[in-house]
Order: sequence, then structure tokens, then C-alpha cells
Amino acid sequence: MTLFPLPVGFLPLVDAAPLIVAAEMGFDHVESIALDLRRATSWSGLRDMVSFGQVLAAQMLSPMPVAAALGLGGVSVGLSAISVLSTNGEVIGISNRIADQLRERPNALAFDDAAAAGAALISVAGGPLRVGVPFPFSMHAELLYYWLSSLGLPAPSALEVRTVPPPLMAAAMASGEIDAFCVGEPWGSIAVEKNAGELLLAGCAIWPGAPEKILGVRTDLLGTIPEQLGALVRAVWHAGQWLDNPRNYTVACEILSSRTYLDVPSEIIDRSLTGHLLTSARGGTHMVHDFIGFSQTQPQERHAAWMADRLAGRLGLDRSAAVPAGRTQFAAAFHRHAVQAIPGYEPDLPRPDRLFDGRDLNIDLGE
Amino acid sequence: MKNAGLCELSVVSDMTRLTAAIAAHGPDIVLIDLDNPSRDALEELTLASSPLDRPVALFVDQSDAGLAKMAIEAGVSAYVVDGLRSDRIIPILDAAVARFNLFRKMRVELNATKRALEERKTIDRAKGILMKARGIDEEAAYALLRRTAMDQGRKVIDVAAALVSTAGLLS
Repeated sequence: MTLFPLPVGFLPLVDAAPLIVAAEMGFDHVESIALDLRRATSWSGLRDMVSFGQVLAAQMLSPMPVAAALGLGGVSVGLSAISVLSTNGEVIGISNRIADQLRERPNALAFDDAAAAGAALISVAGGPLRVGVPFPFSMHAELLYYWLSSLGLPAPSALEVRTVPPPLMAAAMASGEIDAFCVGEPWGSIAVEKNAGELLLAGCAIWPGAPEKILGVRTDLLGTIPEQLGALVRAVWHAGQWLDNPRNYTVACEILSSRTYLDVPSEIIDRSLTGHLLTSARGGTHMVHDFIGFSQTQPQERHAAWMADRLAGRLGLDRSAAVPAGRTQFAAAFHRHAVQAIPGYEPDLPRPDRLFDGRDLNIDLGE
Repeated sequence: MKNAGLCELSVVSDMTRLTAAIAAHGPDIVLIDLDNPSRDALEELTLASSPLDRPVALFVDQSDAGLAKMAIEAGVSAYVVDGLRSDRIIPILDAAVARFNLFRKMRVELNATKRALEERKTIDRAKGILMKARGIDEEAAYALLRRTAMDQGRKVIDVAAALVSTAGLLS
């Protein structure tokens, strides 16, 4: 049997796990493809590698295909999300100075109360709150804008969301350039290890089940190599099921921590897989249920539509044009068709998308 | 590029000051290593809400795809302010790509050399420990290291490094 070679790009993050596990545990070979994983250093780099065909697919932040459809970030090729790689897994961290001020506030550092933590953070800001995110088109940015504006912080006048590459996040915090950050693991835990700040909240406290990373491809490939991409979707699905089984956490940590992939101690990766987070250098710990998930792989059009609406609203684009343009970038039907070929596959029951303020993800799909 | 009188160059080495430096210089074109994570910070400049007053567009969007592909394969990405004609971009990019390839080759060689040196130092130290602990000569110490590595299916350097760090704990 010949295996179809499939170059796929990733960033050294915990949520690249489905791709890494699919390659290491051989879920790709079962589907007659051979993953050739290429490590990159930036999201824009990954996007350009996909656009120009150096890789056929890549791990991407979930709003990236939507942003591309809206003509943001200077891409002209259409990108599609054929699978959700991970849900949640984000952490919000604050500088030591702000953490000291929050210690006085009831429930602000309880780690599970998004409303109390956000209100306290707003009250101590003293000027525009400056928050670092890895990329302008990211679930990190979307969660921050939603969370803080829902609590009454006007953006952009009082909220400055800045792009800071995660490796520089701790330094930016230490030099006082940012007050807080929202990043994926292992970067939150690394900031704690470096004593650059404390963790305030997990992304799942704002929107449980938010699609964090997706598997992005050039849209035209859905027509040219549908079989191979379908095989990739199935391989990633199997990896996601494997990863969400607690019995496999230890092995997964060891695989991810290797020098080829994340190159960080497995103990740090263990924190995000188990949800047992170390939140401050003085030893505070919190157990977060469903901190990160890998088995909700079905892309949902309403998620893409919501992101398109939020991006368009923030950047002054025509929202009625943005929503239909953005929503189809989540290739829901393609994914569904691919996973239905898995023997014994049963689709998950649809879950409501309930945000921290009790509201549902409210989006008019025009149907 | 400077010698050819093509343009005025500024080099930004402190990546935490990248966007500030770009705002200060107001460049026509920004060239950045594709492997540089700070490239994502530049993406912010493409947004309308950016603090800069000059619109910046991503190079790969507006020029011919062949050129952009060549640049990306070489590991350089460029952000160009709207309006810089593509016939002016080509010589700049050509020079940058050539220069970049040369630097990359040197960087790879330097890293390989450094690693080889470090490995040799570790192996020498491990040999020293074995010679002292077991009263054997250098040749026998190296043979022992190599045999252990082969038996365990590991590299000599890994065995040596483990020995050195263990010895450090015991002393």
C-alpha cells in the first residue's frame, strides 16, 4: 500500500497534539496517508505556507480562515477549516503588580468566576487595559473582547489588544508593556515558571467549548484532493479521541515534550492535559475541568459566522456581507462526510454555546 | 543594497520594539525572516485600526505570486507599504534573498560547529570521570561509553551527558 505524503504545518503548542499524535501513533498510516509535520514559528508564516502550497494543511487559529474571507491580513486565497483541532486551552495571565491588587478583591482570583475576575481586572486597570494576544485573528482576541466588553469595558478606548509573539510575552509583561495576556499552553505555564505573572482565568470559563485551533487548507484543495483531506480529517479525529482518554495523558505528554515538537518538560504539558494548573510562582494550583478538549472536531458554521460578525463589527466592515462570507469557511459538510466513513462513528449531540454571562452565542444566519 | 544606492536601510534587532521602530522610520518596505516569530506582530499593521497613519499591505497580496513564492521559499517575507511599484520591489527582494541565503548557510555551519564542540567537551568530561572512577585509560573509557551506547540503542553523547549529570549529583 502506498501512502500519500501530506506535509502539514504546526506551531510548537499543546494544541498541536492531534497532528503530532496522529503522526507518532500511526493514525495517519491507517488512513493511507503519511503526515510530514513541519514546525513553524508564526501564524502568518503558517498561513503563507498553506497559501503557497509548501504544506497542504496547517494548524491555524480558528478565526484565520474567517479573517481571510473578509480580506483581512492581506491574504487573497480562500482558506477552509476542515476540522476543529482543539477546544479551549487558553489561559489569561496578569502581571504580578495587578495580581497583588486583585488579592484584596473577593473571588477575583478564584479562577472559575469569569465575571468577578473580569470586573476586578477592569476596576484596577487605571487607564487603558493593555492585553497581549498571539495574533490579531485569534480566539484569544475574540474571548477577551467579548468577556471585557460584556462586563462594560468599552473597546477600543479602554481596551488595547496587542499582538505579542508568545515567546516574548513574559518579557513584555516584565517590562510593563502589557498588563495581561491571553495565550495557549504551554506559554501561560512558562510565564508562571518565569515568575512573570499569575494566571487569572482559563478560556473555558468565558466560552466553554470555543473552537481554538482548526486544521486549515486552501479551499480549492477540497475539490482537488478530497480523498486525502478526508483521510487527514479521520486521522486527526482518531488522535483526538485518543488524546481525550485520561489513560493516555502520560504518553501524550512524553511525545509532545520531545525536542522535535514542543521541547518543554513533560510536567508542564501535563498541567494543560489534566487541567491541573499551577497559577502562580508561589504555588497556587487550580483544577480546571475540560480545560482543553480534542474530540469535538466538527466545525460549526455558526461559530464561523459569529467570528465574522465580531471581526466585522470591530473593524468597521459590512456585517451583513461578512457573515455569509465567513461562515462557509468552516467546511462543516466536508468534515461530516469524512468522519461518517469511520466504522461505528456516531455524531456528538449538538451542544448549546453558552457564554459566561449566561447568553447564548447569538448569531443570525439568515435562514 | 546600500552600496548600490538602492535605498536607505535600517536594521531592527530588538524585536520587542519592532512595531515602534516601524512607526518611527515609516519604511516603504519591511523585510523579515520567515522564521521570526515577531512576524505575527507585523500582521497587526495590516489592520485599519492600527496606530500607524500609513496604510501597510502584505506584499504577497498584491504582487505576482511567483515572486512571493520565491521569497517565502527563501525564508524572507516582506511587508510593503501600498503604492511601492513592483518593479522597484524586485531588485530589493532579489538582493535580500541572496543575502539571506548566504547568512543562513553561515548560521547553519556555525550552529553545527558549536554543537560538535559542546558534544566533544561532554564526551571528554565523561571519559575523565570513567578514567578516575574505574582506573582505566582514555581509550578504554571511550570504548566503554561506545559499548554502553550501542547496548542501550542510544547516542554516545546522550550516554556521556547522562553520566556527567549523574556524577554532578553524586559529588
